[in-house]
Amino acid sequence: MHFETIIGLEVHAELKTNSKIFCSCSTEFGAPPNTNVCPICFGHPGVLPVVNKQAVDFAMRAAMALNCEITRETKFDRKNYFYPDNPKAYQISQFDKPIGQNGWIEIEVDGKKKKIGITRLHMEEDAGKSMHAEDGTHSLVDLNRQGTPLVEIVSEPDIRTPEEAYAYLEKLKAILQYTEVSDCKMEEGSLRCDANISLRPVGQEEFGTKTELKNLNSFANVQKGLAHEEVRQEKVLLSGGEILQETRRFDEASKKTILMRVKEGSDDYRYFPEPDLVGLSIDEAWIERVKSEIPELPDARKQRYIDELKLPAYDAKVLTQSKKMSDFFEKVLDNGADAKAASNWMMGEVSAYLNAEYKEIDEVALTPEGLAKMIELIEKGTISSKIAKKVFKEMIEKGGDPEVIVKEKGLVQISDEGELRGIVTGILDENEQSIIDYKNGKDRALGFLVGQVMKATKGKANPPMVNKLIVEEIEKR
Amino acid sequence: MARITQEEVKHVAKLARLAVTEEEAEMFTNQLDAIIGYAEQLKELDTDGVEPTTHVLDMKNVLREDEVKPWLTREEALKNTPDTQNGLIKVPAVLE
Amino acid sequence: MSLFEKKISELHELLHKKEMKVSELVDASFSRISEVDDKVKAFLTLNEEGAREQAKYLDSKMGTDEMRGLLFGLPIGVKDNISTKGLRTTCGSQLLANFEPVFDATVVEQLKKAETVTVGKLNMDEFAMGSSNENSGFFQTRNPWNTDYVPGGSSGGSAAAVAAGEVFFSLGSDTGGSIRQPAAYCGVVGLKPTYGRVSRFGLVAFASSLDQIGPITNSVEDNAFLFQAISGYDKMDSTSANVENQDYTAALTGDIKGLKIAVPKEYIGEGVDEDVKNRIMDALKVLEGLGAEWEEVSLPHSKYGVATYYLLASSEASSNLARFDGVRYGVRTENADNLLGLYNHTRSEGFGNEVKRRIMLGTFALSSGFYDAYYKKAQKVRTLIKNDFDEVFEKYDVILGPTAPTTAFKIGAKTDDPLTMYANDILTIPVNLAGVPAISVPCGLSNGLPVGLQIIGKAFDESTIYRVAHSYEQATDHHQNKPQL
Repeated sequence: MHFETIIGLEVHAELKTNSKIFCSCSTEFGAPPNTNVCPICFGHPGVLPVVNKQAVDFAMRAAMALNCEITRETKFDRKNYFYPDNPKAYQISQFDKPIGQNGWIEIEVDGKKKKIGITRLHMEEDAGKSMHAEDGTHSLVDLNRQGTPLVEIVSEPDIRTPEEAYAYLEKLKAILQYTEVSDCKMEEGSLRCDANISLRPVGQEEFGTKTELKNLNSFANVQKGLAHEEVRQEKVLLSGGEILQETRRFDEASKKTILMRVKEGSDDYRYFPEPDLVGLSIDEAWIERVKSEIPELPDARKQRYIDELKLPAYDAKVLTQSKKMSDFFEKVLDNGADAKAASNWMMGEVSAYLNAEYKEIDEVALTPEGLAKMIELIEKGTISSKIAKKVFKEMIEKGGDPEVIVKEKGLVQISDEGELRGIVTGILDENEQSIIDYKNGKDRALGFLVGQVMKATKGKANPPMVNKLIVEEIEKR
Repeated sequence: MARITQEEVKHVAKLARLAVTEEEAEMFTNQLDAIIGYAEQLKELDTDGVEPTTHVLDMKNVLREDEVKPWLTREEALKNTPDTQNGLIKVPAVLE
Repeated sequence: MSLFEKKISELHELLHKKEMKVSELVDASFSRISEVDDKVKAFLTLNEEGAREQAKYLDSKMGTDEMRGLLFGLPIGVKDNISTKGLRTTCGSQLLANFEPVFDATVVEQLKKAETVTVGKLNMDEFAMGSSNENSGFFQTRNPWNTDYVPGGSSGGSAAAVAAGEVFFSLGSDTGGSIRQPAAYCGVVGLKPTYGRVSRFGLVAFASSLDQIGPITNSVEDNAFLFQAISGYDKMDSTSANVENQDYTAALTGDIKGLKIAVPKEYIGEGVDEDVKNRIMDALKVLEGLGAEWEEVSLPHSKYGVATYYLLASSEASSNLARFDGVRYGVRTENADNLLGLYNHTRSEGFGNEVKRRIMLGTFALSSGFYDAYYKKAQKVRTLIKNDFDEVFEKYDVILGPTAPTTAFKIGAKTDDPLTMYANDILTIPVNLAGVPAISVPCGLSNGLPVGLQIIGKAFDESTIYRVAHSYEQATDHHQNKPQL
């Protein structure tokens, strides 16, 4: 029997507001425990929530960027459940009137484009953080995160493969970053993902029983977890077994999904309209204002790179995958660099360094001004591409002005013909055999000779000029 | 017919995190059954097409600006907390 | 004449002329408390040290330009579900027996601005759930008119303290009648403001869509003074109405000529004590004599008020009271070795039976499968009840009737059956559901116990209520009746 995989994703993204969604505490990450808190975060008796306007604007912006319809008459509801990091024992969320509905995003896997539906996007408050003691005796709770604004984005069950799930998440992250509503840092928990997966025999309309995957701490693990779960479910079904509605987690070490708990019926959260808040009525003017504030989205930017910067489609795609990289790239261009040259550096040396060091572009010393200047130095012939790599390493690690680095380290390219001709003659004198080889048609000999000159000049010689001079000098002999 | 059974009362108590003894469950079942029975009179009313009232005030869009205003120190926040450790709230293990 | 029979304006005059010091007023309050509170049991917590310190500070300001406002230096009592920074706030619950708030409710901040002196916190039915103070987790407050009788509830302590002359005025809260009914039972004046008129920030929520804080005083004029000080828009409360505050004392003209009064037949019909009804008819005659006209009308859905209220208020309460879990504050159980045990036992040991009952009723009404039949249905009936009021107010200025169907009952008389107890609030509940304001003023005695006249006004029209109540008060001497303790 052949099966079709059905995947739906639920993503929580923290909104980048300064203050929390229902109180004026800071949303800063990494503060000492229980320092960004107030009676409202602590759920003290008598406190009341007041909605942060920026959080609503950001949620609307995200919803629009995900092609959602904006719900004109919307409201908040209470979701009731007890947990130590849920101080009021209810979470203020949205139930039947999410601010955004019926959206979609387009993904591309193996060159094929596909639309993935977005069922809903709703606003809610984040919970605090529980830390469980290793020995299982107690838990400790930090309420700094309590009340941080979140959007929950629920996809339609349109995803069919773990690869599509990965592409969906990459695209969603790019959109949320481009719209500047979220940092989307999985390692800081500002982006979190739960996945639902089920299998059904090909041709069957009805969905199979789904399992939910939690604790997925990277997009790669979402993909791996789903891939494992797909295989596991298939094995169970083929052996005549039954899939239970359960919550599983992906274990990085064993690369397997592990049972957390079996769900008994559906949880009864007793949602009801939050009586401490009044409704939101979103008019055309509000929508238009938010729309006008949406920065350029990744697909639009990609197209602009192709059309206006004349970059290859591949370059445009890679450069726009991350907003930070793309913004950096644009600043390099603003500083006068050639688009293709800048693109080559971004996709080559810059990306290679960041990947090797597990860093982001804003975590290194390199500046767009510096990179643009360095590209200019190459074009002017002040430094060779080879030397440039040395300068680049210095710039990305320690920062600084490439011109100064070049001067201080004496890396200026030798383009003085007289000086180079002297060095070339010296090298030729020492390598009679190579001259003979060259004259006998062995082109490799020329390369060797150029190499010798570069070595003698510590790479500073202007390579095309060296080439020219060697040929000229050999002809003379 | 009972409008709420003892089993339902126990389920509701569980949802509400209230420990109830068998005797209490019986007492609450009788009382809640009477109250719910009384509430059944609402069924006499035809409310088709009637909008539910959550708020009597016709107010919308009450919003605040995104400004940070520090309020409590950690000491103040934890002043009433029964058990703390290193500035964190301490609770017994989650064993459900 | 005792100090406590004086009006705010008279006391202000005394202070202003330096014929009396704030310390003397505060001393008088505490000595009266030590004299009678053994019998009345109105106070849960006294703020003796803080109050005396505040009095000394205010005395130093006397006679200077800084002596502002009519309420300057007057001792006040605050219901124990209103957050007072550093002053224990229990909500009448053992679960919060040790709770010291870290912030002041907005109304308390307003009182501080008006420079009143908080002498203590007043007893109440636990989390404001009750009509007799029999549900206090600490002790029974008694009716100063007859200490075998209940003071009413849930603001029983607030009404009893004013009636007993322990404070000049107090704050209560009213979700289904909790200011008006005890005011009626204790023979004092109590206002339930329009929903949204007084900030709820710092009022421990029972039913968020119904709760309002309001003043309890000896006279209508005093009531208007205190209301002036505590009302107004608050940006910390999203349900606070951003409407202009009125000058309530300007409304105390004594002129009600041509006023149109509606008397709902449901308010003087079956279930209302004959003697109570007679007092109301007497009051109508007085008002007629002052030039008002009255007609009988109908609030056809008011009989569904109690059922609607118990479903809605309990639903909201089940959620509002979920935070009392022993994790961040409150009295944590000592009988738990895991989290579930901590929750279950903290709540079972800390809450009394009425609170548990309402939490369970609310949890049930919101749970899946019952939500539409109970919670949502009740919200729809609430609309019908509100429409009834809107319709009557198209033609009439105020609605008038008794505050409660009977006078105060004996302690223990209704504790066996929750439903009988709930029926007590049948005349006050519809007002909360409609969100409109209403006052209870004394209108005579029945068998030695006070009867309350309820005057209900249009939303945000407390001025008219005050005008009517004041005119009535001026034309009668019921408010001068004081209990003998």
